[in-house]
Amino acid sequence: MSIWSYANPVKFLTLSARVQPVLWVLSMACVATGLIWGFFGTPQDYRQGATVKIIYLHVPAALMAINAWFMMLVASLIWLIRRHHVSALAAKAAAPVGVVMTVIALLTGAIWGQPMWGTWWAWDPRLTSFLILFLFYLGYIALWEAIEDPDTAADLTSVLCLVGSVFAVLSRYAVQFWNQGLHQGTSVPVATGGRSVDDVFFYPLVICMIGFGLLFVALVFYRTGTEIRLRRAAALRARAGRAA
Amino acid sequence: MRALLIRDLTLALRAGGGFGLGLAFFLIVTVLVPFSVGPQAELLQLIAPGVLWLGALLACLLSLDRLLALDFEDGTLDLLLTAPLPLEGALSVKALAHWLTTGLPLVLAAPVLGVLLNLAPAGYLWLVVSLAVGTPALSVIGCFGAALTVGIKRGGLLLSLLVLPLYVPTLIFGAEVARRGAGGQEVATPLLMLAGITCAVIALMPFASAAVLRMGLR
Repeated sequence: MSIWSYANPVKFLTLSARVQPVLWVLSMACVATGLIWGFFGTPQDYRQGATVKIIYLHVPAALMAINAWFMMLVASLIWLIRRHHVSALAAKAAAPVGVVMTVIALLTGAIWGQPMWGTWWAWDPRLTSFLILFLFYLGYIALWEAIEDPDTAADLTSVLCLVGSVFAVLSRYAVQFWNQGLHQGTSVPVATGGRSVDDVFFYPLVICMIGFGLLFVALVFYRTGTEIRLRRAAALRARAGRAA
Repeated sequence: MRALLIRDLTLALRAGGGFGLGLAFFLIVTVLVPFSVGPQAELLQLIAPGVLWLGALLACLLSLDRLLALDFEDGTLDLLLTAPLPLEGALSVKALAHWLTTGLPLVLAAPVLGVLLNLAPAGYLWLVVSLAVGTPALSVIGCFGAALTVGIKRGGLLLSLLVLPLYVPTLIFGAEVARRGAGGQEVATPLLMLAGITCAVIALMPFASAAVLRMGLR
């Protein structure tokens, strides 16, 4: 059985109904464990004090904000190449989740930056790139809303997502060139295997990241299901209108 | 292709509005800046390159919805879709016509407006060069935005929301060239980056524009 069989909405909904409870429980457990451990079980940083604990919201949210766009990119490609409606709807469903993650990352960053850097906002490359990512999300959602025919909307937003990805990467490098930053380097560099965070902070952080990832998947499943049912309702209404 | 170019140019020149409007907008933005930040010469000199770039970018943006919308309304686009000329080529020509009627006048007007903003003497050359290299990219990217929103009623505001984030890299490198030029610094790196973006966009963007136009008008 190949993965493409889940392009059938009925099969997808069955799978999603089976997987969702597990995902919700797991993600909630991970987020709760990570946050409680992080907030109450770790020592305060010797220079940053208690403010360091916002990392348990900030880093996972930022991670998912980028990965949500990446998931939309893959889903858009699948839609453009294989024309599976579920894929297009999944991309549509992921966008608002991505926006919320971006906003959480920006807000927690501002709240942390105020006492640490002495400013809510700085035109630092990482911050600026995130703001630009936020604008891309807004444009993507606005385009979905603006077009009435669902297939055309899926086509156009998919191409926008592809072109937007290229320009988002381009903007990232342009912004880095434009202003050298204030933001510290990554806390969890996957490529090198090393890390700049102590073990005490690291484990709850990883649990939070896993939790946020699972939460994102659960939300996308849930929202895609809603979109499929909305599409069905619209089709039924159209058929009823034609019969009358 | 040449016929299409000539048609677009004549339409822009004779049908009123399109040609002078962008320039007038550029002028008025530049005039409004001293009113909003104050007339101190040093301050104006500091921000002049950035303001001129931003003004040119907005003037370009303003004229984008005319790029395809009028042709969509009178059916020319449907003809272009069925014409033997590839749609990619037709859109490249339309972007070129847009640049000739909007971008090029902006490039030529920029030094004059630079005087109003007390631009540093060393900056004029690099301002013109950066605008000349950068504005074609604005037209081509804008053509993609116009193709995305062509079938949408009241798409003007949406067009801005979609196109402005795509303008970020061009604006950054373009304004950087103008700023460094005005300060008498090395300009090669950002200028090459700007030229690279423009070339890549001219080469690739018409395919994306044509694709979305076919999807939108299906």
